[in-house]
Amino acid sequence: MEIFLQQIINGLVQGSVYALVALGYTMVYGILGLINFAHGEVVMVGAMLALSALTAMLGWGVPPLLALLLSVGLAMAGCMALGYSIERIAYRPLRHAPRLAPLITAIGVSIVLQNLAMMIWGRQYHSFPMLFATSSHVIGGAIINDIQIAIVILAVLIMAGLMVVVHRTRLGRAMRAVAENQHSAQLMGVDVNRVISITFMLGSALAAIAGLMVSANYGLAHYYMGFLLGLKAFTAAVLGGIGNLRGAMLGGLLLGLIESLGTGYIGDLTGGFFGSNYQDVFAFFVLIAVLVFRPSGLLGERIAERA
Amino acid sequence: MSSYFARALLPLAIALTLYGCEKPATVKKTSTDDLVVRIGAAAPLTGNQAHIGKDNESGTRMAIDDANARGILIGGRKVYFELISEDDQADPKTATIVAQKLVDDKVSGIIGHLNSGTTIPASKIYNDNGIPQISPSATEVNYTAQGFKTAFRVMANDAQQGRVLGEYATKNLAAKKIAVIDDHTAYGQGLADEFIKAAQANGAQIVAHEYTTDKAVDFTAVLTVVKGKQPDLLFYGGMDPQAGPMAKQLKGLAMKVKLMMGDGGYTPEFIKLAGDAAEGSYASLPGVPLDKMPGGKEFETRFVAKYQPIQLYAPYCYDAVNVMIAAMQKADSVEPAKYLAELPKISLDGITAKIQFDEKGDLLGGAITMYQVQQGKWHALETLGAVSAAAH
Repeated sequence: MEIFLQQIINGLVQGSVYALVALGYTMVYGILGLINFAHGEVVMVGAMLALSALTAMLGWGVPPLLALLLSVGLAMAGCMALGYSIERIAYRPLRHAPRLAPLITAIGVSIVLQNLAMMIWGRQYHSFPMLFATSSHVIGGAIINDIQIAIVILAVLIMAGLMVVVHRTRLGRAMRAVAENQHSAQLMGVDVNRVISITFMLGSALAAIAGLMVSANYGLAHYYMGFLLGLKAFTAAVLGGIGNLRGAMLGGLLLGLIESLGTGYIGDLTGGFFGSNYQDVFAFFVLIAVLVFRPSGLLGERIAERA
Repeated sequence: MSSYFARALLPLAIALTLYGCEKPATVKKTSTDDLVVRIGAAAPLTGNQAHIGKDNESGTRMAIDDANARGILIGGRKVYFELISEDDQADPKTATIVAQKLVDDKVSGIIGHLNSGTTIPASKIYNDNGIPQISPSATEVNYTAQGFKTAFRVMANDAQQGRVLGEYATKNLAAKKIAVIDDHTAYGQGLADEFIKAAQANGAQIVAHEYTTDKAVDFTAVLTVVKGKQPDLLFYGGMDPQAGPMAKQLKGLAMKVKLMMGDGGYTPEFIKLAGDAAEGSYASLPGVPLDKMPGGKEFETRFVAKYQPIQLYAPYCYDAVNVMIAAMQKADSVEPAKYLAELPKISLDGITAKIQFDEKGDLLGGAITMYQVQQGKWHALETLGAVSAAAH
């Protein structure tokens, strides 16, 4: 039982991070119908920026909590600027081009960012400084530490905040309008370019937070860390129904749980025939199964819902 | 339409340009009558093992710079060695493309690749073209068991290393219940399999064999499975980008098991990534500790001054280049076909070991040293297993 509970906790922590990153993919897809493959790299840049700022500030003797808050702010600002620039430089000129063109620029941007990060931060791994003495808590035999609790709570708060922004504010209404029909939204006086820019910046700010969470949880940052995370988050977004905010959250949490429970029990369930080497196969099998029965993902893509 | 394409390709072009900048252009300091000899090197210079790949490249480069400074004469002509370094991304498919490129570049010999998974597919291409290949770090048994006359390595293979690790775990550390995780690469899997054989032969029980990948960072799920089986030792077959976070997550799950790794874990990066969770972990490295080898300390001092602290295989790369050059000198030729005949007969006092090959191209009599993290540093425990590689 405690093993089961531990796997649920493992899955929830991992899933929360997937969900936050998946939101970035899904927001952009909802509005532009574009898969922003550079999003994983924005997560990486966020982690790197936060880490650099944090290390520098701790070196100057800034108190840990203040240093953490300042570096989160800095990383978010940096990533928002980056997200804005990516959209402005690589996607906006191609908005009316065939769909394949922005897909290629997305991959290009991703390679550029990876190489830039490699030049700035080097090939080595950066370890995340221990800011506070984190304690572990035992719940029914399963162990969870403060960082993991913070990740889950923060992720839930951010997702709730985003739902409020999209569904309760003028900006959110503009975003939904642009998602539904760019032309009509423009005719109604919505500044489409501005809304798209803000969407990219919002997604990038979430990415910065996710990047910081990942590097605090695993204690490392590396210029290559965004690649696999981006891929997994994209999968989560598709699983939940790309373009749908609730879908991204559900997909992220589900993917995290499937991965950890799959790893934990696939060996015992199949009598050792499949092992944890089928972890990814299992996750993608679920994805395929979902797409066969619900091609638009678990929560589908209700046009009015997407943002 | 064309302007769309121009815009689409621009970021790619920038990326490739940046990528090009990464490699410092080799300045040719040759006069026209110098004999230019190209040495190919391949390792992952990007991706999550880039730090180890760069370390390999630097070790190779230093040996080549030293040889050029010595001014070597072959066939009566002064030789200028030129390094052609390629990025195989630790990916078997890319490795074969890189191997073909190096062959097309007419290199006289290959130092590489870094990983077993890349070395093995590439070795066929080098063998087909008759180009000698010395891997500084590939340990998978099959690399030299394919019957290729061109394949050599200056590192003990997995059978040698796995046996020492298995015996150390069961005898010295008295482990009875052992869990194994490997990263599903040719190296990780090969080493884990050999370790399991040796551990079982010495009476230990393998309570779990789980898997991850060489790109993963989250191991809490597999570790939780392992935790349920209550082993007293966990062996990880893989490299440091995974081993470091794994050690940390072990501690996070309050698992009190001894962590043991092969050479892939023996890096300063492992300690950095694992933090204080690294304390007490074991790893093995073929050869004798560098400071116990003649010339080893001097190499380290010069290497650190020129590049960065040694990650892992730089000394082996240094030896590999020197063995290759020694064979060229002995044959008095840089023709692959001619100096290849001298390689099996070579005997060279390297900085990692006395280098001699057996009939398959494996390192003869590979000694293996066990290390443990003590007070945040790798500390040599004892050197074991100076057994003949020919036994396998």
